[in-house]
Amino acid sequence: MNATNRTVVVTGIGATTPLGGDSASTWEALLAGKSGARPLEQEWAAELPVRFAAGIAVEPTEVLARPLARKLDRSTQFALIATREAWADAGFTGKAGEDESQVSPERLGAVVASGIGGITTLLDQYDVLKEKGARRVSPHTVPMLMPNAPAANVGLEIGARAGVHAPVSACASGSEALGYAVEMIRSGRADVVVAGGTEACLHPLPIAAFANMMAMSKNNDDPQGASRPYDTARDGFVMGEGSGVVVLESAEHAARRGARVYCQVIGQGLSADSHHIAQPEPTGRGIAAALEHLQETTDFDPKELVHVNAHATSTPQGDVAEIKAMRKVLGDDLDHVAISATKSMTGHLLGGAGGVETVATVLALYHRTAPGTRNLDEIDPEVADADIVRGAPRELPAGRIAALNNSFGFGGHNVVLAMRTV
Amino acid sequence: MAATKEEIIAGLGEIVNEIAGIPAEDVLEDKSFTDDLDVDSLSMVEVVVAAEERFEVKIPDDDVKGLKTVGDAANYILTHQS
Repeated sequence: MNATNRTVVVTGIGATTPLGGDSASTWEALLAGKSGARPLEQEWAAELPVRFAAGIAVEPTEVLARPLARKLDRSTQFALIATREAWADAGFTGKAGEDESQVSPERLGAVVASGIGGITTLLDQYDVLKEKGARRVSPHTVPMLMPNAPAANVGLEIGARAGVHAPVSACASGSEALGYAVEMIRSGRADVVVAGGTEACLHPLPIAAFANMMAMSKNNDDPQGASRPYDTARDGFVMGEGSGVVVLESAEHAARRGARVYCQVIGQGLSADSHHIAQPEPTGRGIAAALEHLQETTDFDPKELVHVNAHATSTPQGDVAEIKAMRKVLGDDLDHVAISATKSMTGHLLGGAGGVETVATVLALYHRTAPGTRNLDEIDPEVADADIVRGAPRELPAGRIAALNNSFGFGGHNVVLAMRTV
Repeated sequence: MAATKEEIIAGLGEIVNEIAGIPAEDVLEDKSFTDDLDVDSLSMVEVVVAAEERFEVKIPDDDVKGLKTVGDAANYILTHQS
């Protein structure tokens, strides 16, 4: 490793989610225990086995100029909105290089991931091909649907030249992007990296496909009660859409420009299950390996750990495997950890989840408050030993504290991001 | 009935407005699509396809390269429309 081990901090946050059009409204809704799930009123949803989802709270076309929006897939639209908020929140204005006191384009990166990419563009343009012929297929189709489109457009927006990347690992994609960005700064490739995840796949085909995998909740009668991590009645995830992005920065660079610092990013733990293409490994072996990797390669201290934003998608197997893994590695230190499952409110944003949940984890540390977990009426006995925050938000202790954001993806990808207060 | 040159320019104005967001009244005969109207090479394909449909004309890809200004496009459509 040629890492210089520079300290990485978070200096900006942005989001657009099923709970709100920015990070502040999303956080407020998380603390209030609101659900973003709603029935799908579109005609195409009528015959689907799942007829509800956590759609975006503020349509991106209400925010972005029309000529720009029509050239961007919905997933990129979300990422751009989250990026603009995070960029401004970090105190940057305009593109890199326009103001010499800020960051040079050569020292700026963008790492924004999506699990599925521009799937609605692909499917919509296939409809155009079939119904109207080849001549009518949009010339923007390829740059809209490519999975690196969100990263590329974010890079163009801010003027990033140190590197633009889009790691893909299904529902771990957003967190993998953040981990990649941390390494870019650590290793000295960049001083500032805008990083996060995005997803937009509320379309009959992905919904039918996920539902046929038995991965989604079919609780059509009660959409807001459907995402219920750790509850005995949980029956799968609720599909969400949106994006979460943070501005990561070397601590020296942030100090030099007097930036407000939310928290430090300690680092990441990574592993792969090598078990099954879609099923979680039931004992949590792979997740435990990611936690061990974090402990071995960073100065993460389990004694400081007080909060975990769990992956907890509300699937019967996955929720249990994650808790088992944390117990195995953290031992008694899990007893002082307040666990929040924010997917109970946002739904599962797939490749966007790691980004949005990192924003939530950053805010949990910054405000020293762990959001509650919605719909947890009867806890699964298999996870009853874990301290899951139920109902009202929980105040986190004073002093130096740390938190984890866990993300796992189909394919057996495990990413654990660790952060601490500054 | 075939469109007049004025009608074609007005129609191109509406198309460019839809695609690039430029006000239709700013889409004048001497304006360059790329330099003045924020129409890049990909968006130009959209303009061409929309114009083909609106004015019932075929504009082969090889001919698109010669259409630098709104006037170029209007003259092309005027002489090729059915």
